[in-house]
Amino acid sequence: MTLDFAIIILPFFMAALMLIFYRRLKKKYIGWIVLTIPISLFILLTTYIPRIVNGETITHTYEWIPSFDLNFTTYIDGLSLIFGLLITGVGSLVILYSNFYLSMKESLHHFYLYLLLFMGAMLGLVFSDHLMVLYAFWELTSVSSFLLIAFWHHRKASRAGARKSMTITVSGGIAMLIGFLMLYQISGTFSIREIIANINVISEQSLFVPALILVLFGAFTKSAQFPFHIWLPDAMEAPTPVSAYLHSATMVKAGIYLVARFTPIFGGELVWFWAVTGVGLITLFWGSFNAVRQVDLKAILAFSTVSQLGLIMSLLGLGSIAIYLGSTKESIIYTQASFAALFHLINHSTFKGALFMMVGIVDHEIGTRDIRRLGGLMSFLPFTFTIALIGCFSMAGLPPFNGFLSKEMFFTAVLTITELNISSIQSIAWFIPIIAWIASVFTFVYCLIIVSKTFFGKIKPDILEKNPHEPPFGMLVPPFILIGLVVVIFFFPNLLGNNILKPAMLSIFPAYSSAEEIAPHVSAWHGFNTELQLTIGVVIVGIILFITVKYWKRIYRIFPQQWTFNAIYERVITFSENTSETVTKRYMNGDLTYYFIYIYMLFIAIVAGVFLYTGAFEWDPSKDAAIESYELLLVFIMIFASVAIIFVKGRISMVLLNGVLGYSVAFLFVIFRAPDLALTQLVVESVTTALFLLCFKYLPDLTPENDSKRSIMSKGFVSILVGATVSIIGLAVINYDKFKSISTYFEDSYHLAGGKNIVNTILGDFRAFDTMLEVVVLFIAGLGVYTLIKLKAKREDADSEN
Amino acid sequence: MKINDVILRTVVKGVVFIILTLGVYLFFSGHNAPGGGFIGGLVLGSGIVLLYITYDLETVHKKMPFDFKKVAAFGVLLATGSAIGSLYFDAPFLSQTDAYFNIPILGEKHLTTVTIFEAGVALTVIGTLVTIILSISEDE
Repeated sequence: MTLDFAIIILPFFMAALMLIFYRRLKKKYIGWIVLTIPISLFILLTTYIPRIVNGETITHTYEWIPSFDLNFTTYIDGLSLIFGLLITGVGSLVILYSNFYLSMKESLHHFYLYLLLFMGAMLGLVFSDHLMVLYAFWELTSVSSFLLIAFWHHRKASRAGARKSMTITVSGGIAMLIGFLMLYQISGTFSIREIIANINVISEQSLFVPALILVLFGAFTKSAQFPFHIWLPDAMEAPTPVSAYLHSATMVKAGIYLVARFTPIFGGELVWFWAVTGVGLITLFWGSFNAVRQVDLKAILAFSTVSQLGLIMSLLGLGSIAIYLGSTKESIIYTQASFAALFHLINHSTFKGALFMMVGIVDHEIGTRDIRRLGGLMSFLPFTFTIALIGCFSMAGLPPFNGFLSKEMFFTAVLTITELNISSIQSIAWFIPIIAWIASVFTFVYCLIIVSKTFFGKIKPDILEKNPHEPPFGMLVPPFILIGLVVVIFFFPNLLGNNILKPAMLSIFPAYSSAEEIAPHVSAWHGFNTELQLTIGVVIVGIILFITVKYWKRIYRIFPQQWTFNAIYERVITFSENTSETVTKRYMNGDLTYYFIYIYMLFIAIVAGVFLYTGAFEWDPSKDAAIESYELLLVFIMIFASVAIIFVKGRISMVLLNGVLGYSVAFLFVIFRAPDLALTQLVVESVTTALFLLCFKYLPDLTPENDSKRSIMSKGFVSILVGATVSIIGLAVINYDKFKSISTYFEDSYHLAGGKNIVNTILGDFRAFDTMLEVVVLFIAGLGVYTLIKLKAKREDADSEN
Repeated sequence: MKINDVILRTVVKGVVFIILTLGVYLFFSGHNAPGGGFIGGLVLGSGIVLLYITYDLETVHKKMPFDFKKVAAFGVLLATGSAIGSLYFDAPFLSQTDAYFNIPILGEKHLTTVTIFEAGVALTVIGTLVTIILSISEDE
């Protein structure tokens, strides 16, 4: 086992260990022990940087099911390393922060278990080359996100938010799975690198564009792109560290990762350019536009995350045009957009992580996140105010913070695209910078809202009573590390650019020979150009809009309430719930007789249907052995007993008649020299009879059924058909010759399995798999009976759901 | 109400031994003759149930302090464990093997790994059977 495999396994391993040992640990140590995992992984991953910078990629394959082409292939290149560092780096800070944020009363082991699960899944996602393994990890991140959002599951909103995120991201995931299968169909391989290597052949297939759209579905739902963004604001019900980690820094960027990873595959299609850029831009605008009207700090940040994800997405779309243009020297200028995407990805994680932690502090110390109740906290929480100020200014794109650099690069990218000489793009490309600029204005406005409504103005008296004060030192450390990075990255952007971003560029644009030529040099000052003028415009218009916000806020009321995406989602969910309930209630009516009828009808339809369809029934009595009179006698006894069961009145006589039937069958087995079967039948029959007698104590007296004649007739008809089917099969198998008989194989049982009893060698050796699973089923059935009876009493307890 | 069941008790005292012996015999004879883990387990299980029916729960439980849910679980573990065990000998899942051994006093004996598997089956059957019947009869 090599190191890169260990990186993925370690969080899962720790999660398992914690599950076993958490009771022995003091609660306050759990978080600190968990903290060692992301920190050591982060340090481990930094040791990969020199090798990755030299252009190496590290890959290992572990064969899992080679016959199905399923392998664990770890693949570490520049792109996955960025994500790996983000996951472990932000993960360390978030866990450190949670140690102070969560009270000791919470079930901490659950929290850290889910967090570790998520971390492992996310690392597995970015380091996997195999599509199916990637998909499995992808869904695992959705599941762990679901668990974390519903961490406070006593709240209704938490559960609803968790379900919403699960529904949306998993449906996207399934679409993506179909896309992956299509890719496998046309390329014959599950390996992303092999698909990229054969891209020329693959892109000509007819399934290529459907696969592209389906994969994008997965990426868009995960990264909360318009119109799937509605799950992200609801996911803010999660504890704030989770929001900082999953819903701003890592999980929602899985979609970004997927788009970046698949750019070399799909980038050559113009559809890709339009879909990714278009959806990204709409999301960018819609997110920032909606963030302005929110009153909950976390909701503002949620919409802001949506908008920033849209920004990164659109940049990746803009960058992909370089591949469409054939990866030539002339198109290098467009790759700069992808560089900006990666750059902003890191910047966003730093400032948004810090901002979420800031909101967590406010919520933790003041007890509310509603900006209508907050205000004037600057003098009480000066450190927190610093975090908010730097974070927001970076997000708004002001110097001297890293957000300024990536925002300038974003403006450069949208301006460059207007100069593109492709007719279909040129006609509407002028629209792109305008949307980008308007969205930036709104971004600036909500950044001002966050800072001013929380920290400026007069403090409300009810908050003053709570004596607001700074949080414990440990809660300030993680956000300060992040805003430290915000400033450092501004002054030394090329340190990041050369060591981390440059190798990743080659993962997105493998057609270029070296990373040197496609990675731009980042500089804070490049003259008084259009980009800078745009930024100044953003600041001026932004301030005007912020001051006049109460005058133009009514435009939000233009949108009809019943047509918001949330309302549509609710309607779809309610509709499908109601429909499935009515449909299910129609056939699941609680009457056992009906269930038996369903089972038998299905049995007749399938079994008898197949026999009729294939014409397998062939009755040839000439080969049969002669029927002896005692056999006939036995059969008549059985017929008599089974018919009599229908007409007797008492339960005891029914059981006895049933016993007659069972023992006669056992007797038949004896006659036909099947001692094993006879023995088993005898014992089973005895035990069943005893069981029946036991149960009778609890059953009411038999009452004659008042069925209509028609229903009796139909039940009788079904019964007769079932009997006929079984008899026909019994008679037909003797003459069945469509397949070769396998029984000769078993006759050599003594040599093959070392036993002379064929029945038992079949059970214990030849078909032991069946026996093993039957044993498991038997055990589960036993447990089922036990729990049904033992837990019955608790049914009257109050419904624990609220 | 205490029913007079002297006859039942006296008979069961003798019969249970015969049933249990038969069960063990069936279990071991299964390899070359009728019998085996399932049927052996079934016979043993019904013998135990007979004991429970004749004497009360406490008396039987004092002499046989097993939790039959755990017996069943152990049986499942044994069956699946013996299946996985073959992987450690570089053999496919669920491979069984057998050999002849010369054991002092007993003489040459045929030992097989399938016996472990069958023991798992038998224990599961005993455990499940007794659990089901006990939980139904305990139900108020």
